[in-house]
Amino acid sequence: MSIAAYFSSLSLLKLLKNVPGGVAQGLIWGLMALGIYITFRLLDVADLTVDGSFTTGGACTVMLILAGWPAWAALLVALIAGILAGFCTGMLHTKLGIPAILSGILTQFALYSVNLHIMGMAANKAVSVDKFNLILSSRNIPSAILTGLIIAAVLVALAYWYFGTEQGSALRSTGNNPAMSRALGINIDNMKVLGLSLSNGVVALSGGLMAQYQGFADINMGRGAIVIGLAAVIIGEVLGRAILGKRMNFLGTLSFTVLGGVLYYIVVVIVLWLKLNSNDLKLFTAIIVAAFLAVPHFRDRAQNSFRKRKKKEVKTDA
Amino acid sequence: MLEIKNISKTFNPGTINEKKALLDLSLTLKDGDFVTVIGGNGAGKSTLLNAVAGVWPVDCGSILLDGEDITALPEHKRAKYIGRVFQDPMMGTAPNMQMEENLALALRRGQRRGLRWGVTKAERQEYREKLKTLGLGLEDRMTVKVGLLSGGQRQALTLLMASLRKPKLLLLDEHTAALDPATAAKVLELSDQIVAENGLTALMITHNMSDAIKHGNRLIMMDQGRIILDIEGEDKKHLTKQQLIEKFAQVAGYQIDSDETLLTKN
Repeated sequence: MSIAAYFSSLSLLKLLKNVPGGVAQGLIWGLMALGIYITFRLLDVADLTVDGSFTTGGACTVMLILAGWPAWAALLVALIAGILAGFCTGMLHTKLGIPAILSGILTQFALYSVNLHIMGMAANKAVSVDKFNLILSSRNIPSAILTGLIIAAVLVALAYWYFGTEQGSALRSTGNNPAMSRALGINIDNMKVLGLSLSNGVVALSGGLMAQYQGFADINMGRGAIVIGLAAVIIGEVLGRAILGKRMNFLGTLSFTVLGGVLYYIVVVIVLWLKLNSNDLKLFTAIIVAAFLAVPHFRDRAQNSFRKRKKKEVKTDA
Repeated sequence: MLEIKNISKTFNPGTINEKKALLDLSLTLKDGDFVTVIGGNGAGKSTLLNAVAGVWPVDCGSILLDGEDITALPEHKRAKYIGRVFQDPMMGTAPNMQMEENLALALRRGQRRGLRWGVTKAERQEYREKLKTLGLGLEDRMTVKVGLLSGGQRQALTLLMASLRKPKLLLLDEHTAALDPATAAKVLELSDQIVAENGLTALMITHNMSDAIKHGNRLIMMDQGRIILDIEGEDKKHLTKQQLIEKFAQVAGYQIDSDETLLTKN
């Protein structure tokens, strides 16, 4: 295919048609990113449990809806299942002394079997919007976006409130300075377990929403959730700082984290529209996240570089 | 007040790195005592403070605070009674949180932390007043992230935080060692002020003999996990550096001739 033919085959209209769907999915990933923000930024832990708990949320939701439960109740159970998954990771970390990142990997690994059991040993379970009353579906994208926005607003408000309370502050200080927190009478083990539980609860809830949106739960639907979540958190931070600058407060950070998820998914839509192989998407995402994670390091290097210093010397000598 | 009865602590027991850090040590503090602790590196000063703070359990002996046995209480539970300032100015505050948030965390030391708002309006006024007494101009920067403050400012803030909810016991672990002389003097002065104003009972480690003599009403010297000197009252008031050095030689059985050897002697 010639380049001209390639470009003529791209239709702007088609892109515009696909953006709303991207926004809806992005909102759900953005909700998940809120959960990841709790562990990654507030507790200072990269929690890999989420790859499993996202699927757990989806699996619980679909199976319960198929069993005749109302969708909201199914989501509630998904939330609790996620909290339990995070609790397990927290216990492995604090009670058994396993490093946080390994604890997350272990729980995630175990959840693969658990999720298969939940789905009755099937790798994929469909739930049709025609037969069941779902909270949101890709069949009705405008309504899905509206629902996503409402849930995002509620979760952001809840997070803003909670992390401003005494307990939420203690959780933040645990991630920021554990030695100080202990000296101030905070049980940092409990705080870590609590943070991991809350985080995975949110992640599982968004998994339940995703399963309803796409109309099925898949054993692999959570694969790479941590990376997508990190991408959303980082994109949100960069964008928030660019737009709000010094006025970027906690509410702004939370809101931009959700927005980061939306932006990430719009990029995905564009990549697909450009007819790039969607199997390469994970590679692109990894590269983007690595680049953004490296920004602070390079900013520091730019200010404190021996190589630059050497160049400067050569210049002044000449 | 504080009763330490025959405590011992050995690190890495049974290995080549075995270190007997505290040996059958006993110490009783009266209410309102301000005790300075001196001794060389490895004498067991920090180990003593950590034993009281509950960083790890002691091997034997017991620790009582106001008659309550706290020997088996973990660090975060003892925190209810004990305020602490560390040697490293970075250790006592949360850098990514605002100054008022740090103070609010400290005000709730040892309390149940529930779902009430983390910082209230009434507290803010109190913090402002207390920060003013530090004389560092911090009262106008209450929403600044603590990480932006200097080491001295952070140490002064930690000191205020340790006394915000009146502790039964204040532990100062060489809290001026990382500061420049002028800042160190200012922080020491603040320590005196805070201890006096609140009528606190305090244990302060220092590497500086003059500071140890100048501050507090009682001085103890440690060597090889034991208390080898305990001077208080009038004797302490008239103590000189030279006397201290002589007494050390007498008791420890080896000669020191300056601050410097005291610093390095094991």
